[in-house]
Amino acid sequence: MNSHEVAKPAAAEPAGADAEAEAAVLSTVRSEPGRPATLTKDDRAAEAAEAAEAADPGGAVEAADPDALVRVTDLQVHFPVTSGALVARKIGAVRAVDGLDFAIRRGETLGLVGESGSGKSTTGRAIARLLEPTGGKVEFDGRDITHLSARSMRPLRRDIQMIFQDPYTSLNPRHTVGSIIAAPLKIVGDLSGDALRARVRELLELVGLSPEHLNRYPHEFSGGQRQRIGIARALATDPKLVIADEPVSALDVSVRAQVVNLLGDLQSELGLTYLFIAHDLSVVRHISDRVAVMYLGTIVEMADRAGMYEHPLHPYTHALLSAVPVPDPAKQHRRERILLRGDPPTPLNPPAACRFNPRCWKAEDVCRTVEPPLVEIQPGHQVACHFPEERELV
Amino acid sequence: MTEQPEREPTPDQPASGPTAQADRPYLDVRDLKVMFRTDDGDVHAVNGLSFALERGRTLGIVGESGSGKSAASLAVMGLQRGRRTTVSGEIWLDGENLVTASAERVRSLRGREMAMIFQDPLSAMHPYFKIGDQIIEAYRVHHDVSKKAAKVRAVELLDRVGIPDARRRVDSYPHEFSGGMRQRAMIAMALSCDPSLLIADEPTTALDVTVQAQILDLLNDLQKEFNSAIIIITHDLGVVAEIADEVLVMYAGNAVEHGGVQEIFSAPQHPYTWGLLSSITRLDRTRADRLRAVPGNPPSLIAVPAGCPFHPRCQYADLAGPATRTERPTLETVAPGHRVACHLPVEARVRIFREEVAPSL
Repeated sequence: MNSHEVAKPAAAEPAGADAEAEAAVLSTVRSEPGRPATLTKDDRAAEAAEAAEAADPGGAVEAADPDALVRVTDLQVHFPVTSGALVARKIGAVRAVDGLDFAIRRGETLGLVGESGSGKSTTGRAIARLLEPTGGKVEFDGRDITHLSARSMRPLRRDIQMIFQDPYTSLNPRHTVGSIIAAPLKIVGDLSGDALRARVRELLELVGLSPEHLNRYPHEFSGGQRQRIGIARALATDPKLVIADEPVSALDVSVRAQVVNLLGDLQSELGLTYLFIAHDLSVVRHISDRVAVMYLGTIVEMADRAGMYEHPLHPYTHALLSAVPVPDPAKQHRRERILLRGDPPTPLNPPAACRFNPRCWKAEDVCRTVEPPLVEIQPGHQVACHFPEERELV
Repeated sequence: MTEQPEREPTPDQPASGPTAQADRPYLDVRDLKVMFRTDDGDVHAVNGLSFALERGRTLGIVGESGSGKSAASLAVMGLQRGRRTTVSGEIWLDGENLVTASAERVRSLRGREMAMIFQDPLSAMHPYFKIGDQIIEAYRVHHDVSKKAAKVRAVELLDRVGIPDARRRVDSYPHEFSGGMRQRAMIAMALSCDPSLLIADEPTTALDVTVQAQILDLLNDLQKEFNSAIIIITHDLGVVAEIADEVLVMYAGNAVEHGGVQEIFSAPQHPYTWGLLSSITRLDRTRADRLRAVPGNPPSLIAVPAGCPFHPRCQYADLAGPATRTERPTLETVAPGHRVACHLPVEARVRIFREEVAPSL
């Protein structure tokens, strides 16, 4: 693959610092908007519609859900793969996100889990419109923002903010904490002078830092404190939606707990809605109201917290849950362990039909020919599998 | 790993004699200190660490960044030999003191008798050389065999650690492997000379959970096969519960608690261990809305707090008497194989854990 250039979304780009890379990604994506839906996609949609009709029309109920702050319909984000030194020739696409349907309700935390390459970060970036979706629709607060220009997006930016994984690269080392937190406020432009300074102090206190820290630089802070600064920056414009991409993965155990608590406190205090992207299933269990599991660009299972952890239905969810060791030796040694062979296949060329079928121990012919649609088989519990089965694993 | 200047052997200290061998555990670390001189002051990365490990056993070292867990393991491997680094104390491996042994001697043991697996296989392997060639090189340093014979060995090892199609893959470059495969390749490299001591520093932190499960299984199988002693350094208490026989909890350069994996999880006695257990989110249960986080941050190793280094963050410090602020507690045995360094009276620790900590775990 080294001869190809893949416009790949970096795992955790610092905010703004990689604007050039970001712009490059954006432009490559823009080069193929509204790409015609492939045959398989049509099949899938028809199939899904059929199945939804057959089962409880959960999708329709959700579509009418007035509580939805974000609604994503058949979201696709593909990155072209090009070859050739002088003239870039498109030879394929990384289907990072390939047909997602879900909603985030006001005031809830939706946890998005999956392994690397599952498309969870790309999904977050598409909703924040740091990327332009290749297909499908993203609605925020009732408004279609899928293809809004950078200029039309600007007034909405204050409502959608991100917290990044790495508190070391997401803060500009040459700016003081005060100016880092004030930056979004200056861009939005409704505060200046003393009012601006007062707001920054207020934000510092909100995230548990001392207002005296205003004139210090990021390097003077520990990882946990830096992540608090990143959170303060995200909250500066009073956002409605906060997309947190692995916000605690880089932190030490004791500090992680402090930041997890802070995120929870802020949510109840400010009525925030979170999209919480993480690979750590135990943190997601703690913080989420509902959880979606992604595999190779699709959602394979979505349920509320209790449903997902106590009655998981999809074989991939089973494998994922069984792979996480629990901090209790006696229990851990009794637990059933499903060992998946091999590594996740690449989203460059995902398996046909059910994407999990090559690694699935339950796969039958139908799994290799028909893509299972995401259907609601219990109230609030959706799964995309031909042979869903409840299993206790944690 | 940057090349560090080798330290001169110190002839005035006695070389390890056969007298030392009797009844000594396979690995016996005594009062190990690692200190780095920096412009900001002396960093006491490891400050009087003692522990022992037998072959066939797995020790999990748990601690946060800056607790000295990596510094200690690098010292055991003889990789702490910079000009500004001072290593003191004793590290007995199979009856031989590595601290006083010559650099040459330690180098001949490293790779053969003891090997290390690092967290990030991409930076631990040379991007310019084929995986196979890197394994072959490691093998031929210690074995006088032809390249051809070493390559057969490399294929065998890659196959053993579960690399599919090892015969072909032996000629791949590191970037052609996925993260899990790279970690397997590094394990293969570490195992090339059947080491009796394997140190794994956060071997699964960079991996996805399904791959982590595969790697932990692999380490387990290999240990059964080779009866090696394994030290696994991690911050993930789940990984420790899964793989370790005993656990060493480190804080600010020292061990605060050491015991069997069962005791550490079901009857821990140090407030820092309690803090770790209470502050983690759990897969197997829904916790109260707020986690019981340990307040504050881990201390700087340049200015470690006087007395018990944990006392500024310890909510039970007041119960421990004035000594906790002035005197460093030593590891005391509280039960066979269970040692704790805390000024709180034992009865108080047992009671606090039972009444206040355990119910919220």
